[in-house]
Order: sequence, then C-alpha cells, then structure tokens
Amino acid sequence: MRYAYFLGCITPYRCPGIEKATRNILKMFGIEVLDIRGASCCPAPGVFGSFDLLTWIAVAARNIAIAEDMNADIVVTCNGCYATLSDAIYLLNNNKNLKKKVNDILKTIDREYRGTAKVKHIVDVLNVDVGYQNIGKMVKHPLGGIKVAVHYGCHFLKPSRLRKHGSSEHPILLDKLVEVVGAKNVNYQRKQMCCGAGGGVRSGNLDLAQSYTKKKIESMVNAKADCVVTPCAFCHFQFDTGQIELNRRIGYKYKLPVVFITQLLGLAFGMSLDNVGLHINQTSVESLKNKI
Amino acid sequence: MFIRKMNNQNDVEEQKTTRSLVEQILRSGSEVFSREEIIKFLGCVQCGVCVGSCPSSMWTAWRARLLIRKMQLKSCENILSDESLWFCTTCYTCQERCPKQIPITDIIKVVRNLAVKHGYMKDTHKRICSFFLTYGHAVPPTDEIKKIRKALGLAELPPTVCTDLRMLKEVLGIIEKTGFNKIYRE
Repeated sequence: MRYAYFLGCITPYRCPGIEKATRNILKMFGIEVLDIRGASCCPAPGVFGSFDLLTWIAVAARNIAIAEDMNADIVVTCNGCYATLSDAIYLLNNNKNLKKKVNDILKTIDREYRGTAKVKHIVDVLNVDVGYQNIGKMVKHPLGGIKVAVHYGCHFLKPSRLRKHGSSEHPILLDKLVEVVGAKNVNYQRKQMCCGAGGGVRSGNLDLAQSYTKKKIESMVNAKADCVVTPCAFCHFQFDTGQIELNRRIGYKYKLPVVFITQLLGLAFGMSLDNVGLHINQTSVESLKNKI
Repeated sequence: MFIRKMNNQNDVEEQKTTRSLVEQILRSGSEVFSREEIIKFLGCVQCGVCVGSCPSSMWTAWRARLLIRKMQLKSCENILSDESLWFCTTCYTCQERCPKQIPITDIIKVVRNLAVKHGYMKDTHKRICSFFLTYGHAVPPTDEIKKIRKALGLAELPPTVCTDLRMLKEVLGIIEKTGFNKIYRE
C-alpha cells in the first residue's frame, strides 16, 4: 500500500514533528509514503475559499492532478488540507460546468483534473487501512498514565453530509484510536468547539482566535487532562503556539502539551518524546515525561 | 479601521450595489456550489439555532441569522463592509444544525468573496496572499524551520512548490488566469 503525502503548509513549515511521526508510523505499518513534487498550499479552505472560490478550487485541482499523475491516493495530516482537497473533489465531480471551467484553466499549465484520486485523512488510514487490532498489537508501552483530551477539529467531521465520519456532535473515530493505545480519554466541556484558527480568523482577528483557544484549553485543564490530542496540524499549531501567545499577552498560566495523533501512537509504540518530534513544540511537553 | 475601503463608492452607488447583491450572491454561489443549495436561504425561519451554536457569536457581534435575514429582505446594506463577516471561523456548526439545511457557511464564503471583490480585505489577509504568490504557500518556510527539519532527520525542505520555480510558475499561471492577483491588490 502507498500514499502520496500532501504536506500543505503548517505540517512541514511550522510543525514538522507531525511530519516526522507520521512518516515513521506509516512506514511501521508497511505503507509507502510518496512525496507530491511541486505541491503548493492546498489552498486553505476558510482563507482562500473566503477570498476567491474559483482560485481556491483551481489550485486545489492542480494539487490533486499531480497525485493523479502518480496513480496514488492522497493522505493528509491537516483538517484544512483535508477540507480543501475533499471538497474540491466533491464539487468538481458533481458539477460538469465547474470541472470544465477549472480544466480550461489547468490546460494553460498542461495539467488536467480527472477525478481519479481519493483523499484520506490520516485518521482514516489508521482506522480503515491499518485497523485497531494491528495498532493494538504494536503497543509496547500502554499509555495508561496519560489522560487525553481529544480534539477533532471542525473540518474532519463537518459538513458531515460530505465527510461521512458519523455524527459531528458525538464522533468516535479519534476517541477509539486514543483508547486503543491505552490512554485515558477524558470528556470535557465544549469538546466539539473549534480551536479558533480557521476561516482567516487567526490571521485577521488574533484576539478572537485566542478567545477560542483559551476556552478550549481551560475546559481540558478543568477536566484534568495531561495533554490534548489532535488530528489536525492547524489546530495543533493553534493550541501549541496559542498558549505561548496567551502567556505573553495576558499572563496565561496553563501549559498543556499538544500531541498529534501519530505522535501519541509513536509514544505507545515505544518511541521517545524526541523521536516523535514533540520536543520542538512551543508549549513544553516536560510534564508528559514521567507519565509515559 | 480594521477593514480599509479601497474604492471610494458613494452612497448612491452602494445602494445600487446592494439591490443586486442577492442576485450576485446567487450567481457567484452557483458557480462553485449549486444554486439549489444556496437558494435555501429563502426558507430561513429565523429560529436562531445558528447564532446559538456559533462560538464567535459568544464574543462578537457576528450574527449569521442577521445576514440571512438581510438577504431575504434584499436589504444588504453594509453586509460587505461589516467587519464581523470575518469573525466566522468556518466551523460549520451553524450549517450542521440548521433545521432548514441552509448552507450558511458556504453562503458566508460567497459573501466574503464579494466583499473582497468590492475592495474589503484586511491587510493581514493581503499579507497571506502575498506569501502565497511568492512561495506558493500561505505559511512559508523559514531559515529556522529548515534547521529544525534537518535536526529531525527530515529533508531541509520537502520537494513542494517552494523549491521548484517551474512548479511555482504553474500556480502563478492559475492565479493570473483567475485574476486573483488583481482581485486582492485592487
């Protein structure tokens, strides 16, 4: 089995620990990871989708077209990339006029969107392609000492009509992955709330983005979580960097480690914090050390 | 002012624009999403589930219900210049919970597209666009991150658009074709 790893922007250029852990985990399960040469920003759904939908979908179609030429399906580690690429596929495959319009644009750069590639979220690859049983078999250090607050992020689940990951109000996929590696899964207030980064809000209204982040982190800390686990690079970045920003701006005192799902798996499979790239986080992960 | 009004339209012109704004929203919305979906806004009963579900509405004056009401009444004054339009994180909770299945988040994006076309765009958002046009990435690599990547055992830079000028030219070709470089600079 092989996947073309669509990196996007935040994963490789802000949170490369996620890239490292993901490449290692996929390799451990015998999944070949291919680079998408010449891939660009997905482009961000709530940002470029808000600026100009035609540009957004045409650039997305180019990214997908490169993977199509590789005869490979795409895997992503960011809900933003996931939303852009899967929404683009849905819209292009269901609207002939739009597909023609986009392909007329792509023709000028010798590309063509055919609609043959699928995009899969890393959580789907782990759940469906790898499976809970195989993940469970790899666990060397069950993470019973860690209480995890699960954060799905919005675009993995919504719009649920298109994502087909079950209920967006009571999702289970990521919770199951956390439980399979033995971690304690704690429920918390506003579990389904957004991290605050999307829709151009982080770049355009940082105060508002931080209001979200503060509310979320406080709820997790109140539920006695030792860390937050995300399946999205942008949520990961927002929680990790957001806590530092809150610290600087309002003397915020919480230091909740932020862990990507493949990093959590890596820890359970016996890798160290450094080996899964958690040491490069902005918010300290020291508190996790004696709990693993 | 957070949002700079780039072109000096006077009030009369503004009114003319708002009268046809609903048609514009429907027309440009139909190009990417479907008309049957966008037009569902006519069925809004102003129940307020959207506002009650919206995290941004906890802290700000953003009201999705108000946007839909203004569209129903074809009374769209200020919807393009209203800064609160940009307080939505596109979390889709309103759209998910709407009892009339109105694609509220999609509509917000379509209205934002028109706002940008009319010259309402934040400087910070323009900055992201210029990163995208320079590097092909909205969040570009830095020298520091190259070092971190190397220390992690990853390639200093992955083989994306930012290391290949020929590939960047493809992205810029798309942008020139859609006119996006002009849209955001105006």
